Amino acid sequence: MAKALVSLLEKQFPGAVLEAHSQHGDDTVVLDPARWKEVARFLRDSAGMEMLVDLTCVDWQHREPRFDVVAHLHSLSKGQRLRIKARVGDVEGEEAEIDSLTELWGSANWAEREAFDMFGVVFRGHPDLRRILTYPEFVGHALRKDYPADRIQPLVPYREVENIQKLPPFDQHEGMSFGRQTHDFSRGED
Amino acid sequence: MGELKTPTTQEILETGQGQGFATTKFNEILAWAQKYSLFMYPFVTACCGMEFMAVSGPRFDHARFGAEAPRFSPRQSDLLWVVGTIVQRQAPILKRIYEQMAEPKWVLAFGTCASVGGFYDNYACIAGIDKIIPCDIYIPGCPPRPEAVLDGLMLLQDKIQKGDRRPGIVKPRFDPVSRPDMGVVQLRRSRHG
Repeated sequence: MAKALVSLLEKQFPGAVLEAHSQHGDDTVVLDPARWKEVARFLRDSAGMEMLVDLTCVDWQHREPRFDVVAHLHSLSKGQRLRIKARVGDVEGEEAEIDSLTELWGSANWAEREAFDMFGVVFRGHPDLRRILTYPEFVGHALRKDYPADRIQPLVPYREVENIQKLPPFDQHEGMSFGRQTHDFSRGED
Repeated sequence: MGELKTPTTQEILETGQGQGFATTKFNEILAWAQKYSLFMYPFVTACCGMEFMAVSGPRFDHARFGAEAPRFSPRQSDLLWVVGTIVQRQAPILKRIYEQMAEPKWVLAFGTCASVGGFYDNYACIAGIDKIIPCDIYIPGCPPRPEAVLDGLMLLQDKIQKGDRRPGIVKPRFDPVSRPDMGVVQLRRSRHG
């Protein structure tokens, strides 16, 4: 579908397109994070990608760079879709920074706040980079693979009742008997 | 013109006639009044709300139990229905609603999520509303059948009548495995020959 667009990008921004592939009729380009906004601006202004459908993030825990920032673009006028990715952050999840696309597409605003909240990717130039789903007191980033799956940070302190963890008729963990796995255990070679 | 005569208590008891009356204790008649006039505050946050609507609708109809009147002000309601998942960010709101309710007040946890958090065992959700507010009745189920909700309501009414504030849980009326005539288990067996 958007093959011509991918080759146009490769011609227009030599060195910025690190990878490109196509699967199930959708094209993906992996971009140099330093040129993320520049390429995005070109896609919006010159390639007709009027719409930012979604912007999110993927955590590849043991990879360097660790995070994929993924944006799905859609051209209403041409009926084309393009997925752009950029890889940021080190193994510890530090220095995960990338330019904000809010200036180009208004819909990036909350999507970037969510990606920041859940993964800790910092979007440079975002007008209001606060947590959006969790609360300001929350420590860490919940959708990182190294965040324990069952770690709860109560916003309201628990009642001061004796044995609050085991109020009848249940104890705290009986709601989920099929597993309390976390990603804390070592995964061997991986 | 005959003389107007007020029958004595003894006469009424003996003849079974007259105006009639009943004797009771004050606390009992108060509890009787309370249990059949549970004004509810529906705190509906998730998919259990669909089943809540079914309970409120004409087929199951919790109006039969005097518990149908919704009051969207916590100050006028007696029974807090917590229907659905409570996330951490919802917790301060729920707690505040509870604190605004006037005594006497009861809390009903509708569904597994409100009771124990269900499978939302993660950073976002509260593992049961009893972590933040006291809870009187737990109705398990995902979602619970309307019959189970009515069971819970009747259980709560019993507790109000007895003055019992210990939490109660709605248990299944029977274990399906113990009832092969239900067909559930038999069907599975016959399918495998």
